[in-house]
Amino acid sequence: MQDIHELTIICGIDKSGAKEDVEKIRICPGEIIGIVGPTGSGKSSLICDIEQLSQGDTPTRRKILINGKAPGRDIRTDPRKKRIAQLSQNMHFLADMTVEEFLRMHAKSRNRNSDTVEQVIDIANTLTGESIQPGHQLTILSGGQSRALMAADIAVISDSPIVLIDEIENAGIKKQEALKLLAAEGKIVLVVTHDPVLALMTKRRIVMRNGGVRQVITTSTGEMNVCSELVKLDNYMMSLRDTIRQGGLVEQAVVV
Amino acid sequence: MKLVVVAGTPGSGKTSVLMHTIRSLKQAGMSPAVVKIDCLWTDDDKRFERLDIPVRIGLSRDMCPDHFAIYNTDEMLTWAREQDAGVLINETAGLCLRCAPYPDGCLAVCVIDVTTGPNTPLKVGPLLTTADVVVATKGDIVSQAEREVFRERVNEANPGCRIIEANGLSGQGASELAEVISETPDVGQELNLRHNAPLAICTLCTGETRVAKKHHMGVLRHIDGFTEYRGE
Repeated sequence: MQDIHELTIICGIDKSGAKEDVEKIRICPGEIIGIVGPTGSGKSSLICDIEQLSQGDTPTRRKILINGKAPGRDIRTDPRKKRIAQLSQNMHFLADMTVEEFLRMHAKSRNRNSDTVEQVIDIANTLTGESIQPGHQLTILSGGQSRALMAADIAVISDSPIVLIDEIENAGIKKQEALKLLAAEGKIVLVVTHDPVLALMTKRRIVMRNGGVRQVITTSTGEMNVCSELVKLDNYMMSLRDTIRQGGLVEQAVVV
Repeated sequence: MKLVVVAGTPGSGKTSVLMHTIRSLKQAGMSPAVVKIDCLWTDDDKRFERLDIPVRIGLSRDMCPDHFAIYNTDEMLTWAREQDAGVLINETAGLCLRCAPYPDGCLAVCVIDVTTGPNTPLKVGPLLTTADVVVATKGDIVSQAEREVFRERVNEANPGCRIIEANGLSGQGASELAEVISETPDVGQELNLRHNAPLAICTLCTGETRVAKKHHMGVLRHIDGFTEYRGE
């Protein structure tokens, strides 16, 4: 498949069957786009449409174009040709395999060398608390470990020009590090989030309601300033979280 | 007329995927008819009737549902022709995974549930290995990586098949399946099974309920694989 220079979302209908308020969204490489909205407003459905490269064949009737054209069937279905990686909210593995077996199999399905397996586990262990071992059964991993493993898998095995991330903040892993890992330069990244820090770190954000796209907001300079203040606050929260997790006391903590 | 045989593990979403597929077929101007084979009970005929198409059910009762479906294929085809159907869809009960009720000349569709884990494609046997199309359902419940690993396993078990990721709730994949159906050639006269039906010629088949070995006759296979014929 040729290089991706544009991803286009041709909007469809919302849950009531009415046309979405935005007709078309164009996204270029290097852009991080947020997807925000109340729970149940259709954020996950939007990224699922992108993951499937829907062609009007899902309930939303959206069409997803790559470089302005409908992608062929091979690109839509064959993981060896697919150029989209998705970190979904489904954190629990159902596969009864070891971590190593699973990653090997996944590397094979994506036409990657099996050397990548070790690398995935190493990266995953930088994001999570208790370390993951190659011989662990997938089914015993915690939610956070599974999410860390999936994030690392996306960075290495599923390394793709389009990356879709669904609520990474809920996983109990280091969200800013995870986003940095996934949103490498030159990629198209869409992040579903309820987290103000992540939402304001994006260049634009898609606002969802009742299953439909309502508007697209460009992050203003004012918002960027708010974001950098929030990052400080967030890092402070994270350091407190770590201290508490490690069994430490936070009596000396200052209230900012 | 075309023949489509749909098999798959119980609860994999055969009927739900078919409901959406039939809508797509009708939109494309084709006239589908459905025969649903089940063992003891079904109300799927009521679901299919809502689509305003000819529907017939067959209950195999104490007979193997796949044997039942195979014996009745001629009758089903005759019935569907009487309904002026362009395509007969036979949804089987498919329980024991030892055989595959697919004749040559049909479009063989195996529906399989991704949440059963990536080893399932290796366990399902001829139901999957002799299918033309493998429809993987419930992929929305697992991660993308797990879907891709599952797909890889299906490819290993049946390298030539076409894999369709479908969702019985949203209808994802149904239009693709309908497209494959519309490209299928008409069914021929002399049908042969792609895989033999399971070995089952013994006293249990005719109603013996006593467990002890001495009561059994016919073609019997021991736990170590030794197969013998006991009887006259």
